[in-house]
Amino acid sequence: MLSYLLRRLVISVPVLLAIIIVSFFLMRFAPGGPFDREKAFPPAIEKNLRARYHLDEPLAAQCLRYLGGLATGDLGASMKYPDLTVAEIIAQSLPVSMVLGLLALAIALAAGLPAGIIGAVRKGAWPDHATMTLSMLGISVPTLVIGPLLILAFSFGLAVFPSGGWGGAGQLVLPSLTLSAPFAAYIARLARSGMLDALSRDYIRTARAKGLSEMKVVLRHAIREALLPVISFVGPAAAAVMTGSVVVEKIFDVPGMGRHFVNGALNRDYPLVLGCVIVYSILIVIFNLAVDLGYGILDVRVKYD
Amino acid sequence: MRIAVFLPLLVAAALPGCGKPEQPADVREFVYVSGAEPETLDPARMTGLLEGRLANGLFEGLATYDPKDLSPLPGAAEKWEISPDGLAYTFHLRDAIWSNGDPITAHDFAWSWRRVLEPETAASYAYMLYCIRGAQAFNEGAQADFDKVGIVAVDDRTLRVHLARVTPYFLELTAFSTFLPVHRKTVQKLGRAWASPKNLVARGVVNGPFIMKQWRINDRIVLERNPRYWDAANVVSDRIVALPIESEMTALNAYEEGRADFVTSVPLPLIVKLQARPDFHGSDYLGTYYYNFNTTRKPFDDVHVRQAFNIAVDKERLVRYVLKGGEKAARTFVPPQIPGYSAPDGPRFDPGEAAKLIAQAGYPGGKGFPRVKLLYNTSGRHKDVAEVLQEMWKENLNVTVELVNLEWKTHLATVRRKDYQIARAGWIGDYVDPNTFLDLFITDGGNNRTGWSNPDYDALIGSSGREPDAQKRMAIFRNAETILTNGMPIMPIYYYRVQNMYRDDVVGMYPNIRNVILLKHVGKGQRSRPGT
Repeated sequence: MLSYLLRRLVISVPVLLAIIIVSFFLMRFAPGGPFDREKAFPPAIEKNLRARYHLDEPLAAQCLRYLGGLATGDLGASMKYPDLTVAEIIAQSLPVSMVLGLLALAIALAAGLPAGIIGAVRKGAWPDHATMTLSMLGISVPTLVIGPLLILAFSFGLAVFPSGGWGGAGQLVLPSLTLSAPFAAYIARLARSGMLDALSRDYIRTARAKGLSEMKVVLRHAIREALLPVISFVGPAAAAVMTGSVVVEKIFDVPGMGRHFVNGALNRDYPLVLGCVIVYSILIVIFNLAVDLGYGILDVRVKYD
Repeated sequence: MRIAVFLPLLVAAALPGCGKPEQPADVREFVYVSGAEPETLDPARMTGLLEGRLANGLFEGLATYDPKDLSPLPGAAEKWEISPDGLAYTFHLRDAIWSNGDPITAHDFAWSWRRVLEPETAASYAYMLYCIRGAQAFNEGAQADFDKVGIVAVDDRTLRVHLARVTPYFLELTAFSTFLPVHRKTVQKLGRAWASPKNLVARGVVNGPFIMKQWRINDRIVLERNPRYWDAANVVSDRIVALPIESEMTALNAYEEGRADFVTSVPLPLIVKLQARPDFHGSDYLGTYYYNFNTTRKPFDDVHVRQAFNIAVDKERLVRYVLKGGEKAARTFVPPQIPGYSAPDGPRFDPGEAAKLIAQAGYPGGKGFPRVKLLYNTSGRHKDVAEVLQEMWKENLNVTVELVNLEWKTHLATVRRKDYQIARAGWIGDYVDPNTFLDLFITDGGNNRTGWSNPDYDALIGSSGREPDAQKRMAIFRNAETILTNGMPIMPIYYYRVQNMYRDDVVGMYPNIRNVILLKHVGKGQRSRPGT
């Protein structure tokens, strides 16, 4: 088990390196640069700026310089916000996105899992139709519609939660609900199909034949298998949700990391985008590993060697 | 159980505002939506309006703006003299101190301006100082001796500036962000990071009405009254909070909920509804929305085609029925509110004449006219405007214009390469003078994307810098703009509008054409202090 873990972590280093290098060059293929703006700089000033950020060097040299900095833990300085280092920006925004993301994930699991399981157990009956209709809505209605609708209802209609901002507990409610909606919907659908598969197995028939109550059959035996597809979805989804959603952050004015990722790309803020890519990739690697370990706990057939 | 430790730590990192003590009730707080995270608050390196607004709260130049009409008022300098030829300025500094108690001296200004010009600073707006003798050569590295630059600290309280050209707006410039002083010792000690949020809060030294109290990226900036500011008694608010909300809808939500007292930009789909409200304050803005023509390529290398395109569109109809935000149709490039300047009369909408012009260019009835592309960036109302104009060109000239939308940076890079035929653009003046618009179109000017070149025009813009007489100088600009209007390398479409919202308990707001809001004077509530 430990050697498996170590091996996976060692493999992830070249994977991350490849992601960084590919992203580095992809960014540079985009037309325009960090210093293009409506009011152009005089050539002498632009030359000074480019020299300051080593943009006047060949691309390969720039990439090596970046990797060299990375080796010493230096993510570089933002080009759009010259007084901020990428590390500072991430240090302020990542915790915000993680809190919101964890909350959203918790809501999604708390709503999605029971909905999916009930739907499977009562297949074809009204609870099944109700939860599946809701989940279809959750998947197909984008967050940029759900968010404003929630604001309309809870901020301006009932006036119970603020429409945006960051700092108070009340300000967490609407963005985390919005963020959780599509995830809750996916989880409900995955849990339902997982549970349906599980309930058709021989071992379930055996359990029923032994006279176990349906409750025990579902919650003790079937659920392990039913959770497998959910777990494989939740891993990468957790990485995505914890690095922030630009839509939710813009609608609710949340100072999270999603905005930096997208605005960084729009501003051609190369170091900031790479910093976000690195954080996102590391989280993906970690959560994928966690998923694989989770399989071992839920499914006795999985062996690590 | 590690999660049990990790979670509270995470929450503490994400929500540092939690559990802070309640503020005393008599603190006068003013909250406004600043529109975006400031790129930097280092005056030397900032370029934007929203950064300038904050900078004018933290720092004070030799002059400062009169909040009503932006005319220069004494700031760090209590008085000044101008030589008869308009080329030498002598500033006498008042006896005032930085927020750490150090005296503010002429050397501080000389050093701060030198810092802007030093190539290593890579200051984006260094060219704002090019009106000073020797400044351009020093900034471009052609001349490394700062003694040759016309900035001299005669003694601790006297600063003399020698200009390279007549610059009637120079006093106004000394209030502009690029000209604001910075605290030499702090900048030298902390290096480039001196203006980082952390350093500005913990160790920032300023000479303006406010000091930096808190700065959370994309969340808020909090300024508090600087008790050591020379005019602290006339500062209206005790605390200013700037919220960097980007989405106009989100900003409006905050305003409607009372979480913000002032927004400078409103959601365009709601403009008609909001305009009717008493807390909506629209006014003229020193900016022009226009299209560039690429004069180096067919068919817009022909002036008749450019003129035809210009008069074939009914801009009045566009602003009245499409934009609906109080914008005014533009027939010439320089916005009309610059005092002392009267623009030449630009050509009016005339479809008959437009048809004649296009025929003259060899395309009678639009026959044989190549399919051309109009580039705009994907944002705001650009698409609406382009579609209306496309339709008008089809109707009045029988030509087909294809619309191409591009992401912002791609748009800029494409236009810069002159890889376009028609391209959307906008220009906001940096100071209230025709020069901030007209010097764009000198031959090979850095912002002249059209390839247009006219030696007479260049000569006029050059001579404006040698003309000490204000009236004659304005006449020169008028002649230059006549040439520009006839040559039509660009098609002015409309003048931008200020679209502010604030309730009537806000004091210190005055409509002005640069939408300069001086934080020193703004505040909430009826309690009036002298000078507000």
